[in-house]
Amino acid sequence: MKLRFSRKTLCIPYAVFLLFFVIAPMLVIVFYAFTDKNNHVSFTNFLQFFSDPMKLSTIVYSVVIALITTVICLLIAYPVACILARSKMKRKHIILLLFVTPMWINFVLRVNAIRELINWIGLLGETNYANTVFGMVYDFLPFMILPLYTTISKIDNSLYEASADLGANAATTFFRVTLPLSFSGIISGITMVFLPSMTNYVVSDMLGNSKITIIGKFIETYFGTDWHMGSMIALILLLVVLVTSVLTGGFKSEESVRGANL
Amino acid sequence: MKKKIAIKCLKAAFIGLVLLLLYAPILLLAVYSFSSTNTIGTSGSFSFAHYKKLFGDPVILTMIGNTLLLALLAAILSTILGTTGALGMYYLKRRQKAFLNGVSQIPVVNAEIVTALALAIAFVSVGISKSYFTLLIGHMVICTPFVVLSVLPKLKQMDNSLYEAALDLGANPAKALFRVVLPQIIPGVVSGFMLAVTLSLDDYIVTSYTKPAGFDTISTYVFNATMKGNAHTAETLASFWALTTLIFVIILAVVLVANFSGRRKKEAKK
Amino acid sequence: MSEIKNRDEHIIELVNVTKYYDDNLILENVSFYVKKGEFITFLGPSGCGKTTTLRMIAGFDLPSSGKILLDGKDISNLPPNKRPVNTVFQRYALFPHFNVFENIAFGLKCKRVLNTYTNGEGKSYTKKQRLSKAEISAKVKKALEIVDLEGFEKRAISTLSGGQQQRVAIARAIVNEPEILLLDEPLGALDLKMRKEMQLELKEIHRRLGITFIYVTHDQEEALTMSDTVVVMADGIVQQIGTPTKIYNEPANTFVADFIGESNIFNGTVVGEKRVKFCGKTFPCVDDFGVNEMVDVVVRPEDIVMCKTNEGQLKGEVISVVFKGIHYEISVQVGKYELVIQSTESREVGEVIGMRIAPDGIHLMKPKYTKNVFDGTITKRNTVAFADGEFECDVTQLYPGSRIDEEDYLVTAQGERLDLTGTEVVVEVGLNDIAISDDKDAGGTTGHIISIIYKGDHYRLIVRTDESEEDFVFATDDLWNENDFVSVVIPKEKIKLSLKHHEEKKK
Repeated sequence: MKLRFSRKTLCIPYAVFLLFFVIAPMLVIVFYAFTDKNNHVSFTNFLQFFSDPMKLSTIVYSVVIALITTVICLLIAYPVACILARSKMKRKHIILLLFVTPMWINFVLRVNAIRELINWIGLLGETNYANTVFGMVYDFLPFMILPLYTTISKIDNSLYEASADLGANAATTFFRVTLPLSFSGIISGITMVFLPSMTNYVVSDMLGNSKITIIGKFIETYFGTDWHMGSMIALILLLVVLVTSVLTGGFKSEESVRGANL
Repeated sequence: MKKKIAIKCLKAAFIGLVLLLLYAPILLLAVYSFSSTNTIGTSGSFSFAHYKKLFGDPVILTMIGNTLLLALLAAILSTILGTTGALGMYYLKRRQKAFLNGVSQIPVVNAEIVTALALAIAFVSVGISKSYFTLLIGHMVICTPFVVLSVLPKLKQMDNSLYEAALDLGANPAKALFRVVLPQIIPGVVSGFMLAVTLSLDDYIVTSYTKPAGFDTISTYVFNATMKGNAHTAETLASFWALTTLIFVIILAVVLVANFSGRRKKEAKK
Repeated sequence: MSEIKNRDEHIIELVNVTKYYDDNLILENVSFYVKKGEFITFLGPSGCGKTTTLRMIAGFDLPSSGKILLDGKDISNLPPNKRPVNTVFQRYALFPHFNVFENIAFGLKCKRVLNTYTNGEGKSYTKKQRLSKAEISAKVKKALEIVDLEGFEKRAISTLSGGQQQRVAIARAIVNEPEILLLDEPLGALDLKMRKEMQLELKEIHRRLGITFIYVTHDQEEALTMSDTVVVMADGIVQQIGTPTKIYNEPANTFVADFIGESNIFNGTVVGEKRVKFCGKTFPCVDDFGVNEMVDVVVRPEDIVMCKTNEGQLKGEVISVVFKGIHYEISVQVGKYELVIQSTESREVGEVIGMRIAPDGIHLMKPKYTKNVFDGTITKRNTVAFADGEFECDVTQLYPGSRIDEEDYLVTAQGERLDLTGTEVVVEVGLNDIAISDDKDAGGTTGHIISIIYKGDHYRLIVRTDESEEDFVFATDDLWNENDFVSVVIPKEKIKLSLKHHEEKKK
């Protein structure tokens, strides 16, 4: 039989690329995580990670910061998304665009701008935790607004009318209709904010005056000293991320990443 | 009636307040970028000194050039790789497709530091020293999956029989793909490309792990200058105000132009 | 009409074609041929394999086994762009980024033709060349004339109506002068009036071009009006091939009878030479079957003639009358049977009428299903597993005189103690011994209803299990809907078991 050209072959370069630069590096991480300095198989990194109170407290700190950031983002973003999505204003997407525009300025320059602002107020080096949380909320807020806006604006207007028609007041409508139907947006917003808040150490370094160690920073410090431990933490983080993304149904491209589809 | 108006005002005030907070740092820098002072809060006269510094310092200009060139190169390569990848993936059998899709998700959902660390350790392990090549690969690892993710939905929206119709009319597969399939998915390709450019321009962590010594992008240069400020003068730090303002103005212009031309097209169609 | 003398040539022939998608059997051993120049229609319900057959002729799908011959040459593995065949797609598949002209010219621009020239020394040579721009424009213009869209060259596809897009799709295909034009439900997206118009126009285009048309539709009326030959398909199998008249008047089985036109279908018994009994009466007929044979009887509603009560073969009470435009549809209750009559005359509801059926209006056919047979296995609990489920049964019937002891072993008449677990058996269930239920836990297995045929006083249903696609055929008095998800209930005593490979085991 003559071999026919198949469109499937087009993905070979991409598959090879993924194999070499995504799968292979992950396997290297797994290798380092489960070996010691003599390259013998070892579980000490794993055990140490869960028995060292220093490490655990760093992680708890980091998770708490990420949690606070996520909650504040949600509290600000939900009303914003709700107001915009349900507004009858013609030019409302311009306002939405205004929320996203700062995101397109270089990340480090943006954090630097906040640093200058905090410095001007006189709090740089004084309130490190608050500064970090403020910076993270500032930087990750659009990631929360976009998925929320998308899901809320998809809710059919007749559902609100039906709810009112059946005698529900505004509060009931919100809690029984809007909130449950925007749940998927809330989940994807949370995953898009929580993870970077745990790992993006640019913010904590620049605003926390290098006094705050979040998990991302933690991994970075091990990169210079102990690849095995660093790999173990990275691996655990990777597993947590994969499990959550499987549980929440994976990444949805429709929820306009970084506002690319606006 | 009064209550309704009050609620409307409250809503507008809330939106305004959040926006004000979002723009406060940028506006602050924008104002001071036109002053002669190097410290925010101290008074100075109106001056273009910071802009002069920005455009007069060859080191700063090189790193801006580096950033733009790298973003362009990474985005072009990622777009080609990601578009062909998405096309091939779309026609794979269900299981193979699910596997590739899953692997594509890894760099997307993964913490950047994990991607960066894995790449860096892997390169060192096989004896590849950091170079422009490793940096480019690093950026492609972050960008390509996003291109795939923005092209795939367009393929799903496309009528599958278009490709078959082209073959049926005598086009060979390559011609059918270029002349018929590609034009259908071009919006996805373009938005994937734009996404790749922004991701590359924005990146700090992967860049810092894969870049060769002595090479700087805006991200790494600004980060190092602020955090290890001793080697840099106050003028350098203040020139970043001008850079931020400039980028902000460019973005604002692009957004407005894109928005209005987009609307005009929509209205013309009606 | 120079083709007329070639009319008996087989332009396309399918030889034992079977097609699997993943593990699903779509087409099973299909063989037929298409004569040059004819208008042939593949007709069948969705999922019957008609579109797959078309796609294999076009080259979009390859047969899993078997051959497709074009003018006697095997083209089974030829890619679509190398076949002299063009397709009009279901939703047209017009290229949205091209205008009308560019769409129609697409095939012409791909084409290379052999031109013969004579050089200076008087030698002739051939060259593969593209068509010139002028040639292309002329051909596009002519194609647009054929479909009545003169002057539409510059129009964007999105500005065209459904009917106009349909015409562009036809023009785009015929402009390449294919030997065969394939049409995949091309009128499906049009409204009724447009559809009728386009049917006539397609017929006219077929007449003008004189090429072979292969047409796919699920609309039986469309198939009957337009085609020279109809291929009725169901379940991946060709049910009948013939002219529209033949298929309507002499359906090969109850499926065809039910699918094409309206039918009264009854269970009947042959009681003598060319005499059949159904609806409690004996009728003379024309089909010859063995005496006492069970048959399916098909009577078209227009073949039942209403008459005075004392002159009829049947007598019954009118239970409903519906005016259908050209005729009345009259339902009559005859004892426990219900008949449908089509007539230009009306009757009053409640009126008692007589009815006659001429012998050539009664079609007898061998029933496809007489009982259900499955391969099963005895389980640990002495139940039988088959068709994705498990049923209570009496295993003692496998060994005459045997019984079950306290520990669930089978004790044969000879006193031998047997563990039946894993024994392979043949399971038989009668057509009247199966019931179905909405409660999915009520029966031994579950499936979807894939076919319902009304047989005058009951329905004949087929339930297909989802996993291994086993069919249960049975009669029921209750009305169900196609695609209902149901569980299959079989009383313990109605399951007949026999040992498989009984003979071999003895050795």
